[in-house]
Amino acid sequence: MKILKHAREKSGRAKRRRTEDFSPACFRILLAHNSMIEVKKLVKTFKNGSVETRVLKGIDFAVSDGEFIAIMGRSGAGKSTFLYQMSLLDEPTSGDVLVDGHSTREMTDAEEVIFRLQKFGYVFQDYALLPDLTAIENVALPLLMQNLISIEAYKKADDALTKMGLGHRLYNLPSQLSGGEQQRVSIARAIAHNPKVLFADEPTANLDNESSALIMDIFKRLHKEGQTIIMVTHEIQYAKRADRVVKFDDGKIISIEQQTIE
Amino acid sequence: MASFLTIRIGFFLAIRQVHRASIWTTSLIIFVMVLTFLNLVVVSGILVGLIQGAVDQARFEFTSDVIISAPDDKQYIENSPNLLALMRSFPEVQAVSGRYGSGAVLEANYKTRKETEKRNTANAQIFGIDPAQEDAVTHLSESVTEGDYLLPTDYDQVIIGQFLLSQYVPVDDPNFAALDNVGVGSKIRITVGDVTREVTVKGIIKSKVDALTRNMFMVDSQFRSMIGRNDGNVAQISVLLRPGTDPALVRDKLKQSGVDGYAKVQTYVDAQPQFLKDIINTFNMLGTVFSSMGLVVASITIFIVVFINAITRRKYIGIMKGIGIDGSAIRMSYVFQSAFYALLGSAIGLLLVYGFLVPFIDEHPIDFPFSDGILVAPVDETLFRVGLLVFSTIIAGYIPAWMIIRKNTLDSILGRN
Repeated sequence: MKILKHAREKSGRAKRRRTEDFSPACFRILLAHNSMIEVKKLVKTFKNGSVETRVLKGIDFAVSDGEFIAIMGRSGAGKSTFLYQMSLLDEPTSGDVLVDGHSTREMTDAEEVIFRLQKFGYVFQDYALLPDLTAIENVALPLLMQNLISIEAYKKADDALTKMGLGHRLYNLPSQLSGGEQQRVSIARAIAHNPKVLFADEPTANLDNESSALIMDIFKRLHKEGQTIIMVTHEIQYAKRADRVVKFDDGKIISIEQQTIE
Repeated sequence: MASFLTIRIGFFLAIRQVHRASIWTTSLIIFVMVLTFLNLVVVSGILVGLIQGAVDQARFEFTSDVIISAPDDKQYIENSPNLLALMRSFPEVQAVSGRYGSGAVLEANYKTRKETEKRNTANAQIFGIDPAQEDAVTHLSESVTEGDYLLPTDYDQVIIGQFLLSQYVPVDDPNFAALDNVGVGSKIRITVGDVTREVTVKGIIKSKVDALTRNMFMVDSQFRSMIGRNDGNVAQISVLLRPGTDPALVRDKLKQSGVDGYAKVQTYVDAQPQFLKDIINTFNMLGTVFSSMGLVVASITIFIVVFINAITRRKYIGIMKGIGIDGSAIRMSYVFQSAFYALLGSAIGLLLVYGFLVPFIDEHPIDFPFSDGILVAPVDETLFRVGLLVFSTIIAGYIPAWMIIRKNTLDSILGRN
């Protein structure tokens, strides 16, 4: 936490990068902090008939409150799979994901759904908006599911979209929006209910440079406001904006790069 | 278990999905539901109506609401004049007609027949009636489509059922002989017991009620002289009740008066022959079978529609689950959509049935060989079928939604099998 606080205090200054060797000792240090998400010995194996592919090979990792983590790696390295396990969209083969110190291993599907609704926000590569709902309805849906009255849900959705610069696009269907606008709606949906963690799976992969830069500016702003973000990306220039860059290869974390913003 | 929240979210999603779905797809589904509803209601309604038409016609044209007839061991009803007077004193009674009756042999072409030729005869029941009273009860004059109806002053004139005349018999039936070359104005000979009389055909009765088409009618005073009956005791009394009167009430009232001690008292339903009751039951069963098949077809249709819808929307179902929308809320949205299609289809079907088909077919009955078929669609039974359709549609919508929603969330989002 100290490292992170220190990093935030220095935001606005020039960036100073420091690469740490990935070692169990490093984990012990990290886990000693008050972790929001803690991953323990995470293994994910996919089965295709008799063929088993171990995509994650016993990962230990921790994320602190307010951190911005970028996960990088080659295609097939296991970074997206890791994100899905951490964000409870998928179930690991073994190991555990602890959120605020609570194990999610024994959670039922219904409990996981509630957990995702209340604690997490998601931004997907292909925006993942519901095509039958307008921008404001897409954002309001999870809020309504949290049992907010309609007026309140729509007000929050309006605020979130306006914050994303989409105040004039509230009643447009996703098909009437550009890719960048759709991704901003997706971010608005992900943050409207103030999640503890925002997970983003290659949020700029389908966007042009201008839109990508805009999305990353939004992420930067959210991070400044204290939002915890875990983002998978291929693009090093966007990864540089994170507090830490976690590199994956062959189902394992090969390095964690601590970045200090000066 | 559906909570208020899941219902609310389900409704929210369903409304938007239906609202923003292709108008053609929605119209097609609703069209299928309308056809299914019509299949449920109209097919069985026509089947039942076919028989109901026959029942109604027999009631309207012959038995009327209540019929009193001679006991099986007698040819007449004792104290008929008193009974007729009693009937006319009932406030529920609108009109009464007494009929004398007897079996007779009819013969035609007897003047031109050669000695070696077979006699052209037919057996029939002859009824002696008061033409005005009979018409008031059974509207018999409306069934006389050739020639004229009887007048009280007619002498040696008869009206004859069409199936006693060979030109109106569609197929030769060895059990029913008919008279050849007889039309309005023809002379025929009738023999009742030992009495034979030559009469003129004044009119021909055309109807789908056998009691009219296979029998003959003449003025009661003429007929009495043939059968030698002067005590006024008739063989049948048909009673027309005022509209809205339950025939069973009058029947019971007559029985309480002791009439059933010397006559058979029946409502038009009691008087239906057993075979007709059997046919009614059979057609009801057939109607139920067809309805059940219609229901299965409707369920399968909705199942396929929802299944395809859910399969093509699997990714979005996954996304919804991913962002924390409860599976039961998503299932509920499909339940609402199914219910919407079924209710709208049924509503249009109800409008078609009660706004168009029932009144139209009442005005223009379907011309079946043995009845003028109507569409029988009692409101309570129809509403029951609507309920059945909606229920089965909801189940048929729920199952495929459940099948798709239970799949792994991430697999759904990523389109993995």
